[in-house]
This record gives sequence, structure tokens and C-alpha cells, in this order.
Amino acid sequence: MNSRNRITIFILQAAPYLLFLAILLVFGSLSDRFLSVTNFTNIVIQAAPVAILAVGMTFVLLTAEIDLSVGAIMYLTGCLLGLYLGGAPWPLALVVVLVASALLGAINGVLVAYLGITSFIATLGTLFIGRGIAMSASNTASVYFPDAITALNRATVFGIPSAIVAVAVVFAVAWILLRQTPFGRQVYAVGQDRDAAAKAGLPAKRIVFLCFVISGALAGIAGFVSVTQIGAITASYGLQAEFSAIAAAVLGGTSLFGGRGGVKGALFGALLIQTAANGLVIINANPYIYPLVTAGIIFIAVAVDGLRSRMLERLERRFIRPWEIA
Amino acid sequence: MRTGFRSDAPLLSVKGITKSFFGVRVLHGVSFELWPGEALGLLGENGSGKSTSMNILGGVHQPDGGQMSLGGRPYAPQNPREASQAGIAFIHQELNLFPNLSIEENLFITDFPRRGGVPFIDRRWMRKRARELLVEVDLDLPPTRLVGNLAQGERQLVEIAKALHADAKVLILDEPTTSLTRREVERLFSIIERLKSRGVGIIFISHALGDVMHICERMTVLRDGAVIGTDRRERLNLPTVISMMVGRSIDAIYPERITKPRPEVALRVRNLTQRGVASDISFDIHAGEVVGLSGLMGSGRSELARLIFGLDPLESGTVEVAGTQLMRPNPKASMAAGLAFLTEDRRNEGLLMEASIADNIGLTFLRRFKVGPGVVSGQALNNTASELARMVHLSTDRVQDTLAKHLSGGNQQKVVIAKWLLRRPKVFILDEPTRGIDVGAKQEVYRIINRLVEEGGAVFLISSEIEEVMGLSDRILTISKGEITGSFERSGFDREAILAAAMAPAGPQREAYT
Repeated sequence: MNSRNRITIFILQAAPYLLFLAILLVFGSLSDRFLSVTNFTNIVIQAAPVAILAVGMTFVLLTAEIDLSVGAIMYLTGCLLGLYLGGAPWPLALVVVLVASALLGAINGVLVAYLGITSFIATLGTLFIGRGIAMSASNTASVYFPDAITALNRATVFGIPSAIVAVAVVFAVAWILLRQTPFGRQVYAVGQDRDAAAKAGLPAKRIVFLCFVISGALAGIAGFVSVTQIGAITASYGLQAEFSAIAAAVLGGTSLFGGRGGVKGALFGALLIQTAANGLVIINANPYIYPLVTAGIIFIAVAVDGLRSRMLERLERRFIRPWEIA
Repeated sequence: MRTGFRSDAPLLSVKGITKSFFGVRVLHGVSFELWPGEALGLLGENGSGKSTSMNILGGVHQPDGGQMSLGGRPYAPQNPREASQAGIAFIHQELNLFPNLSIEENLFITDFPRRGGVPFIDRRWMRKRARELLVEVDLDLPPTRLVGNLAQGERQLVEIAKALHADAKVLILDEPTTSLTRREVERLFSIIERLKSRGVGIIFISHALGDVMHICERMTVLRDGAVIGTDRRERLNLPTVISMMVGRSIDAIYPERITKPRPEVALRVRNLTQRGVASDISFDIHAGEVVGLSGLMGSGRSELARLIFGLDPLESGTVEVAGTQLMRPNPKASMAAGLAFLTEDRRNEGLLMEASIADNIGLTFLRRFKVGPGVVSGQALNNTASELARMVHLSTDRVQDTLAKHLSGGNQQKVVIAKWLLRRPKVFILDEPTRGIDVGAKQEVYRIINRLVEEGGAVFLISSEIEEVMGLSDRILTISKGEITGSFERSGFDREAILAAAMAPAGPQREAYT
């Protein structure tokens, strides 16, 4: 690798951090309320659902697949919780939501890993089916959650807000899973080259399947955390959440082409997106600008990922006269 | 040293292995033995059955007949995993490593050591064991280094370390030296010697005869799916090995051509150079002439064609088509100047499988059927497509409603040729034009090639089948490691000389072996 390539790759890797810095500087100079501890605690709490979604999405992206159904899973399990589990104690409700969302993820996993349907299409299908079922169950009316659920939002553990605790637990488990277990390392291998992984004797299909289960389960948790915060959901709940999650994961350095990235980046990406949204609110920006800013951030993330992958591919090329390259 | 191995019995014995694919017999009873602590060179031209034999050993394919035994016990692997559990490690030319993972993770990817009872990786133990394995292959690198940051030779050693970890008794190396620098080759050889001294048996497959002669005690030559002979290194030399490899007369399947090359130059290539790919390549092709390019796998055959056509960046050198020099070669300029390029990968690069024959033929030159701004006449396209389909003897004349994917390989290739004919090119670069098509279709492609040159076209024919190149060319160039190593006129065609030139060491290897 020559020094010019090294510098280009460094800049591409650093792009999201530079973007974060720019956001801090711009909004910090426009508003003195922006750079405060209270505001940042808020940002983290608001970012929690997307952060959890993005952690799940990271598993799927690492295998070079995509999960578009996470927003629908949030909505469907949210309806399940609001319509049928209103009276249940919250830990039980959480477990039921977790199991239901993991099952929905398993459906995606079967479609993609075992039936060989392109994940984009398969999860687009489950997206519409999921939303359809949720809308007919709720008659597209708002679903309200009892105080027992919404009270969790105000709860703290050793003074730390519950949403942050939820993110921390999800992150810790996901990090250990990816870094410290054979399964996690094999996820990276499968994402890099599924044929090679299968040839080496890895259970490639099962690994892809499990990643969809994890993504589904975390979508359920993200939905649970989010309904404690908002107290009621409507038929538009969870719409486009998948794009925030994908953007957060990719901003954090996870490649859409598989094999590269991690859950630390997903947290950073979610934080970045939420910080930008929060800044826009604080400076009273025109609400119609929000989607433009989010779109801009997603665009940068995907463009950087594409450039970096092309570059790495070029560096990986084999030569006929290798002695001339060294 | 050789504990655990009986040196008075073969480690691996292969007896009378036969194998057919789709009714075509590719192995006619292959037999050989491998003794502990020896390296056996496996030689043969493309299609001689080397890969099939090794894939059977490696459990990728199952034989139709014959027996194998490993360490005295019957051996019949049903899949690659069984082969590796039995102690056979197959290191393919395309390495099976994950560049996004570290060396140690690659070594243990299928069997990570776990901390007692819990599902966590025991990183400390893994690192310790990885260090031991790396010492055994002389690789002085931290086990945590990403494989993506390693040189090709280092990656190969990681593969060998992986084989050692799997406790391999037989190590199959497929073309291990083609992408290595000379120093890396020497290091690889010293590792191989060390493995031999520990009783591991090595099967070394390579076209680099110099390397094979250097490292292997015995050599087995395959041809047409059968073993032609096995002998000790001392009793063989380069010419005998080459004549064992070829030794067959060219079949009369190449149609006679009535015209001779014309004096005018159709393609002039001068001093083509691209670091790492090609070095100072110059040649001419005349109108009405077929020039064949013969080279081994990894010699830079296709890469040269891509350079000429402008698909890859070019450092220096010029390409002239019928007297016009291409400034900064790129595919569009090349096509406009009259170059046509049939890639070796027609499935991915040449054809739209879901489109009709007519659409495939017209796609890159729709301008020709324009009847108004942005409007194309379907009628004109179909008429021309039918005409071209007849010209290349396509099996069907239903060019509008037959999809490319429903055609046989041979007919698909004819559609690709027809597509290029539409532009009336002056020079055709044909990269493996008959790969994967049956003999009948091959012969038709040969007739089309003859017709092209009889009408004044020039053809640059790239093929891994030396027979084909000899049967069709007026002149043959040989390429090795991105350098032109020989030029033969039709009157002086000699298979062994051509093969020897194609195997000629180039670059730093030239000094090492001459």
C-alpha cells in the first residue's frame, strides 16, 4: 500500500468523525443551549431506539445482507404490547415482545438464508406484511400504553436513565458476541466471502439466519424502549426506522458489502444522526429541512463506504509481475 | 524423525480412478502413489485431468471407480471437510482466507479454542498456538495482524500453517508459485523441505517446470485424463517432460483457410507497459492474419488483451488500429477505431441473459437502427439480427423471442460474435472463444474466425489450448509473466518449442534458472 492510498483510506475512515465535529461546531456556535450536559443526556436518550436498531442491523450488514423490516417489527410488536399485554407486568411483556420479534426475525432468516431470497426483497415483503397485520389489529387507530410501561422511561438504575441502561446492556452483549465468541468471528468470515466460508466448513446459512434473528429481536427491544418514551403509537410508527438504522451502522464504519464494521460504530452513528436532529430543533430550523439533513448524512455514509470498498478491492488485486509492485 | 509414518509403505495410494462429467469421461483410470516425506510433481496441460484428480482427493468430487487409501486405510471423502479431517490439506491457487480477519482468527476459523465450558474464545491459548504455527512456517508476524495486510507469499504460508494446525499428512499445492516473488518462492521451498523431513507428503501441481524439477523427487505426467508416466527427477529433463505432456497430433478439426495475410498492418502494439501486469510488449497483426497468444494460467494473456482494448489503465506504449493511433486507450475509442473484444467471461461481460438474441446483438450499437431522435426501429434491428444470426450459423432464426439464457454455450458465443460483427470491426481480440463449448460448436467458431480473416479482418486469438492456437494461427506469440517470450511462424510451429517458450521463466526467475 503506498502512502497516497493510506492517506485516502484514512480520510475516508475519518469522514464520519469529521462530520460529527462539524455538527458540534456549527450547532454549538448557533446556540449556547446545544453544548450542555443536559442536552447531551437528552440526545443519548433520544438516540437509544435507533442505536439498538443499528446494533441489530450491524449483524445483518456484516453478513452482506440487509433488513428493511425492523421498523415494521417495532410497530407490530408495539401493537402486540399495547393491545394485548397492557395488564401484564413489564418484565413479562418485555420477554413476550422479545420472543415475538425474534420469531419475526427468524422468518426473515429462513427466507434469506434457507430459501435464498434476496434479503432486500424478502425483508421488503415482511415489512409490508408486518405493517399490514399491525394496522388491521389496531384498526389503524392510535395504540396507548399503560402507565406501568411509560413509567419505565422515568426510571433510573444507579441514577442512569433506563434508556441508556438498555443501550449499554444491548451494546455489551452484542460486542462480546461479535468479538469474543466463535460465532461472532464467523459472522465476519461469512460476510467477507460466503463461498469461501462454506468451503472452509462454516455453517454459513445458519450464521446468516441467526443474524436476522438478532436483528429482529433487537428491533423488538428498540420498539419497547421507544414506546416507553412516547406512550402512544400511530399507524406511521416505525416508518423508515430501517433507514436511520442502516445509516447509523454505515456511518459507524460497517460496510454494506459485508465483513467490515462493528457495533461500536453503530452507537456512534446513531448518536451522530440524533445530534444533528437535536441541533436542528434547538436552532428552530424549518422542519422541512430535517429530511434533507438526514438524507445528506446517509448519502455521505454510503458514498464513503462505496469509495472505501472500491479502494480496498483495488489494493487486493493480484499482479502478474508482483516484484514490480512491492 | 518419521515417527508415525511407515516409510516402507506409501502414504497415499490412488488406483484406477475414473470420473465422468455429463457422460464425458475425463479421468481414465488415474493411478499414482505418494510416499511419506516426498514431493510429487503433478504435470499436465490444461484439461489433462490434474484438477479433477486433485478435487477427488480433496473430497470436492467423488470418483466413479477406483480406490484410494491413505496411511493404509481406505479413503473415500464425501466432502472437503472429511478430506481435511482425514489429513489431506488442499491449498488452492485462490487462497481460502478472510482478509478482514487476523492471522490467528483465520487459522482457527472452524475450531476456535473455547474457555472451558463457556462459549468465549480463549484468545490467550489461541495466540500461543498461532505463534507456534507461524514459527513452523517461518512467518515472523504478530498473530493479530490482519490477513488483508499480508503479501501474497505470506498469505500462502498462513494457509500452510492452517494445514499444519489441521495436522495434514498430505499437502496439495496448486500452482503455489505463480503469484510469488522469487524470494517468496525460496522461502516456500524451505518450508516444503521442512515438511518433507517430518514425513508430510506433498503434491505439487505447477506449470512452472523449473520449480517442479527443483522441489519434487518424482513427477507424474497426466494427459487426457490418464497417467502417461511417473519417474524420478534424475531420469527426467525439461524436453522429455514437455513431450510427455503434449505428445499428440493435432486433430483435423481446423478448417483450411484459403487466403494469406495481407501486407497492411491492422493492429500495431508498441512497448505496452503497465507495472505489475505487462512489460514492453510490441507486435503487429496484419489484415487477414490470425495471431495466436499462448501462455499459461497467470501469464497475463487476458490482461494484455484488456490493456490493448483500454479496459485497464496503461502506463506507456501505443496501440494503433489500421493506422490510427488510439490516444489514451479506452473501450469506446477502441470500438470506434475498429477493435472488437470478446472477453473470456461471456456470461458476465458479454451477454444479457434475460434479453432476446436481437436485443443482445443490437444493444451496443442501437444508433445504427435509429429512425428518429431517440427512436429505434425494431423492424430494422430484427432484420439485421436475423441476417447476422444466419452469418454465424445460429441454431435458431427466432431472434426476437429467443432469450440468450436459453441458448447453448456455443450459440451464446455466436451471439456475442454477431454483436461485434454489427460494427464491422477490423481487429478481433478473441479471449478463449471456445471455452466451455462442445467440439461441434468449436468447429463452427473456427469457421467464423476463418471467414473473418478471409474478408480482411485481423484476429488476435488468446487460448489456453495450445492445439487451438496452432490450428488457427498464422503466427504464435508466447507470453510468460507479462513478457513476450517467443514468436513462431506457421511453418515453424512446434508444440514443444511453443510450450517451452510459454513456460520460459521471465522477470527475476530468468536469472534464477538460466
